[in-house]
Formats: sequence, structure tokens, C-alpha cells
Amino acid sequence: MRYITPRKAATGLGSARSGTSDHWAMTVSAWALLILTPFFMITVGCAIGLPREALIAHFGRPWPGIVTALFVIVGMVHFMKGTRIMIDDYFQHSARKAAIIVSVIFGWAVIAAAVFALAKMALFTIAI
Amino acid sequence: MADVNRGNRPLSPHLQVYKLPVAAVTSILTRVTGHALIAGILLLVWWLVAAVSGPDAFAAADWVVRSWLGFLILTGSVWALWYHLLAGIRHLFYDAGHMLEIEEARKASWAIIIGSVVMTLLTLILFFIF
Repeated sequence: MRYITPRKAATGLGSARSGTSDHWAMTVSAWALLILTPFFMITVGCAIGLPREALIAHFGRPWPGIVTALFVIVGMVHFMKGTRIMIDDYFQHSARKAAIIVSVIFGWAVIAAAVFALAKMALFTIAI
Repeated sequence: MADVNRGNRPLSPHLQVYKLPVAAVTSILTRVTGHALIAGILLLVWWLVAAVSGPDAFAAADWVVRSWLGFLILTGSVWALWYHLLAGIRHLFYDAGHMLEIEEARKASWAIIIGSVVMTLLTLILFFIF
């Protein structure tokens, strides 16, 4: 007789080795991005074509700054998990591990760059 | 191996003569658009970082953003974003156990294709008005 519960037996299965947690994270970030996407398009659409000073002042304001930061952070986390699904489908062994590492490092680098730029714009706007 | 169906299996046609159902095309495009969106986000993040790096860096990034190449990447990204969003909504329905019948999936596929083009045109019109 096995004392292990069916729940325990299923933990860690699936191609991602993490059960359904990635699927749930994708569902949550999908809902967040559904709300963020129209606002992000509007705030970027308003900024394209502005001269540098006006652009910095635009993203230095709370609403454009927060919407853009949230979109890039949630979007890139969604991207990293989405890429992970593709990697699990098409790559095996060490190529799979290397691809996952590259994708996660790349994703966080993009997030860091965007947050740095937006934080600097917000701080610069306070100074004037 | 006793209950393996040996005589009555559907024949698998060759890949090149296989007619892709529209639901398969829209499913593949969901993954393609999701990954292609990296071009648009990279362009925008470069543009933001360049703006805080200095006037010369911003001039270079802003030139690309406003060039025909930038217009192509950003318009493509707007379509890819609307497409991925609409296809994502369908995925949320799929996960909840809805729209899984072939005919429903076919109709939803066309709704995604047409909807994404309409939303892209609307976005471009709004952008050029304001």
C-alpha cells in the first residue's frame, strides 16, 4: 500500500516540472495585461513624437509612469513564462536549460532597463 | 497491446497535403505574435532609456521610432498585441471549458483575425487624430 496522496504523486509533474503553478501565473498575468494593454497603448501613443523634455515630463507623471512600469514588468514575466512553454516544447536537455536561463536573464534585463528609465524620469520631474 | 486499434485508424496525410484548420492557424499565430512582441517592447524600452541617457542617444532612438522602420515595428506590434489579447481571451474561455466545439473554435478564430485587424485600424486612426 502506498501512503502517498494522489496530490503528492502529481506534484512536480508536467513538462515544466512545476505542476499547474505556471498555468495559474499565466492566467493571472493575462487578466492583468488585459486591463493594462489599452492604457499602455494610450500612454505610449500620447508620448510618440514628443520632444525629449516633454517625453520625460510625460512619463514622470504618476499615471503614465505606473502604467508603463506595470505593463513592462507584468508583460515580461508573462513573456518569460510563455517562452518557457515554447522552450519546453522544442528543446531538450542542456539546450533547454540554456534557453530557459537566457530567456529569464533577458526578461529581467528588459524590466530593469525600463524601471530604471522610468524612475529616473520621475525623479527628474520632481527636481523641476 | 490487446486493444490497440489496428484497422480503423484515421490515415495521417503527408504534412504538405495537410489542410490546416483555421483554429490551428490562429493557435500558432498566438505563439508567434507573443514572441514577436519582443521587437516592439525592445524598441520602446530602448527609446525610454535613451531619453534619460542624453540628447544624442534620444535623437538616435527617436529617429528610429519615428522612421518608416519604427512605424512598421510599432504598427506590427499594435496588431500583434491586439491579436494576442483577443486570442488570450479565447484561451481563458478554453480554460473555463467553453468554446471547445469545432464550429465554435472556427467562428472564434475568424472573430480573432477580423477583430485584431479592426482594432489595429481603430488604434491607428485614433493615434493620427490625437
